[in-house]
Amino acid sequence: MSAAPLLQVKNLKMHFPVTEGVMVRKVVATVKAVDDVSFSLQPGETLGLVGESGCGKTTTGRCILQLEKPTAGEIIFEGEDLAKLDRKGLVAKRARMQVIFQDPYSSLNPRMKVGSIIGEPMKVHGILPDRKQRQERVAELLSVCGLNPKFMDRYPHEMSGGQRQRVGIARALALNPQFIVCDEAVSALDVSIQAQVINLLEDLRDKFNLSYLFIAHDLSVVRHLCHRVAVMYLGKLVELADSDELFEHPKHPYTKALLEAVPIPDPTIEKGRVHRIMQGEVPSPMNPPSGCVFHPRCPIAVDSCKREVPQSRELRPGHWVACPRV
Amino acid sequence: MDADAFSVEAAGVRQHESAWRRLRRNWSVRIGGSVLVLLVAIALAAPLLGTVDPTLFDAGSRDLRPGMTGQITTLDGDTIPHRFLMGSDSFGRDIYSRVIYGARVSLSVGLLVALLALAFGISAGLGAGYLRWLDGVLMRFMDGLMAIPGILVAIALVALWRGSLTTVVIAIAIPEIPRVTRLVRSLVLSIREEPYVEAAVSLGTPTWKIMFGHILPNTIAPLIVQGTYICASAILLESILSFLGVGLPPDIPTWGNIMAEGRVQFNEYPHNVFFPGLFLAVTVLAVNILGDGLRDTLDPKMARRV
Repeated sequence: MSAAPLLQVKNLKMHFPVTEGVMVRKVVATVKAVDDVSFSLQPGETLGLVGESGCGKTTTGRCILQLEKPTAGEIIFEGEDLAKLDRKGLVAKRARMQVIFQDPYSSLNPRMKVGSIIGEPMKVHGILPDRKQRQERVAELLSVCGLNPKFMDRYPHEMSGGQRQRVGIARALALNPQFIVCDEAVSALDVSIQAQVINLLEDLRDKFNLSYLFIAHDLSVVRHLCHRVAVMYLGKLVELADSDELFEHPKHPYTKALLEAVPIPDPTIEKGRVHRIMQGEVPSPMNPPSGCVFHPRCPIAVDSCKREVPQSRELRPGHWVACPRV
Repeated sequence: MDADAFSVEAAGVRQHESAWRRLRRNWSVRIGGSVLVLLVAIALAAPLLGTVDPTLFDAGSRDLRPGMTGQITTLDGDTIPHRFLMGSDSFGRDIYSRVIYGARVSLSVGLLVALLALAFGISAGLGAGYLRWLDGVLMRFMDGLMAIPGILVAIALVALWRGSLTTVVIAIAIPEIPRVTRLVRSLVLSIREEPYVEAAVSLGTPTWKIMFGHILPNTIAPLIVQGTYICASAILLESILSFLGVGLPPDIPTWGNIMAEGRVQFNEYPHNVFFPGLFLAVTVLAVNILGDGLRDTLDPKMARRV
């Protein structure tokens, strides 16, 4: 993969100030939701972003979409730094990157019919100003996403969760984007519907050469869908590797612990497994541990881990780990 | 996709009842609504209901008891026989005609105040809730407005201008505006965090389109409910102002000033106060019952919010 990357995230930081006081706001602490995260994404590639709740996966996605203004770092999309674009330039870029949300219930406006939900992006960007043409396009998008075009006259509450998620996907596709952030796009759906939606996402990726940033905590889904996987812990990227490489040869102690927690659907193997349960709780991102943020829970930590922030290094081609001990 | 897959998808659709159907099944809405419709019909059809001009009087028919027959002098100077269904006051005016015509004032004050307060409250609330730089200034101004008693504002305004329908409506609406603003602001603050608003932002939808296209339509249900409560309190407040003599000029009959004029001889002739009071009570009750029904059907969470 030597072509120019579609998306480059360089040293992204998102620190939220915690304020106190009624009239005079005083910053008493900062929550380091995302701290120094870098990765890149090739056209047509799917990058999985995994980690436990509160580790900054979603915030990373929101920063890339410019829903959150990052504290520091660059987000270079199709060769342009999004933070440096003016309003008009950003609106134009927004047409090229879209988002699919976790909750199929709250991500669709309950007062709008499916037809106008999917038609809105085209209206906003002045594509297909003719009503009739727009309707045809909406019908096309609905059938691409496996829904009957008749659904365009329905309200979201008249549909099931899986159907709504398909509407959300159709809305994201309306502007022919290059890049879609799937923010836990399947975790709110039940398992059989999950499989359908994942297959749909795969089909669409092949059909339109889409790139996904697939934010998830379900590791088996990630392995199935993603080319590469990045593991986050407490706002930091701890390991990044090709999907098979990461699942077969995890290096970082946190990745190992994460993978060990995945149950194997075979009782005979599951019985023989030795589970090493990770000790302790996730520290607060308001007051993260010094040095390596993972050191209080790390089974292989040494004294220097408390002082030195580990740098990411390339263990094998394409396999980056932020731990000096492996 | 083939036809079979469609039918599988369609099976998952639940048929939701429309809001309108739920409204029509609710007893509070039925009762409150029909009483109000009846009152509006009475107010509109006032000239057809055996009334005379409410300003007409006759010295010969003073202080008649309800149901008695007397005479009344028309504007041309002719004297015609008239049956005083609700009696007459100390000028010989027909209480029945005055109460029926008074309904026009009360109902239009209620409606206009609700519309005015909602219009200003929605604009201010949307602004404060969505444009964060406006929030501090606007809400402190609204807090200040809330600190002034409503009746005091009304008395000041009537003293400043003269008593007219416009003055009274504005005077009653002003103290209601901060309440609507607060409600709208709190709704906007929660709706703006909804993923469908974020989806619109990430599409590049302009701010005004998000405010009016995505946020405003989702605040409508609680606002309709709030509107009915404003309506009820406005009708009551108008009567209080007229009773105190700072409402509409005395030549326009309102339930408030009929009661004020009848108050002096309440012991001998209670009908002067009883009939307008009854109409006032029934109207306010009907509006409030309707509001409760609307709240139960449109916005069950509101009971905790307000």
